[in-house]
Amino acid sequence: MIQALAFLTNPQRFLAFSRWAAPLFGVLAAGLLLAGLWLGFSAPPDYQQGATVRIMFIHVPAAWMSLFCYACLGAASFLGLVFRHALAEAAARAAAPLGAAFTLLALLTGSLWGRPMWGTWWVWDARLTSVLVLFLFYLGYMALLAAIDDEARANRAAAILALVGLVNLPIVHWSVNWWNTLHQPASVLRPGGSALAPVYLWPLLIMALGYMALFGSLWLVRIRGEVWRRRAAALAVQAAGRS
Amino acid sequence: MIDLDVGKYGAFVWPAYAATAAALAWMVADSLIRARRWRREVERREDGRREAEPTGRGR
Repeated sequence: MIQALAFLTNPQRFLAFSRWAAPLFGVLAAGLLLAGLWLGFSAPPDYQQGATVRIMFIHVPAAWMSLFCYACLGAASFLGLVFRHALAEAAARAAAPLGAAFTLLALLTGSLWGRPMWGTWWVWDARLTSVLVLFLFYLGYMALLAAIDDEARANRAAAILALVGLVNLPIVHWSVNWWNTLHQPASVLRPGGSALAPVYLWPLLIMALGYMALFGSLWLVRIRGEVWRRRAAALAVQAAGRS
Repeated sequence: MIDLDVGKYGAFVWPAYAATAAALAWMVADSLIRARRWRREVERREDGRREAEPTGRGR
């Protein structure tokens, strides 16, 4: 794994790898999402939640991805901060908008699920509030990058903010156990196995894999864009030096 | 068999799916457009650099 990562730290090797890996992940994501939607809409309505259970197939994977993307952002920020590696900094920059989009989706779809089930769009309980804080960390990271002109300083400041935000990940995950929340406790990733019936669990897991593959594909595409952006900036400096 | 009938919950289920479709479409479009724009910018600048460089032949 470490050898594979070391192999990809060369931008040219990364561009060659991502050229075929990004579309491959994209096709995989499309197939998994179609299969997940098919199975999700073939599942019977839940005896308590009725047809709103279908929101689970898009809400829960978005919530998982919001945490996973932030973990990727944090890891890339750490590597960028410690080793000053350009690809790590590019990976961190590329992960942030995708993670923010997944987090916003988790908040929106959760609100649309909460209204018919809980009788409210929003409540300031520990899970919902900590996910909102996660979204604000994503926005803060992107705002900081945009606000500082010197790219090296911007990367350093944003990486430190990203590392501080990692503290929020266990809070999001265990908030439903640590505090009395309206949000239900974990029903899939919990000790003793999933509480979901297989007819709901399989579409949920397939949709989650689809979201993961989509993130993998788009992350690679965005890192490629970052590599080219830096290359264009370097060429612009060279051209200015000649003239 | 697919069952698209969500009954009285249509006002919640379909907006949730619409928001998801819109967000995923934005993620795909923004990522591809951004990457393509910078790749073209690099190609344009590399072409300009090649044209500006003297070939050195015949001297």
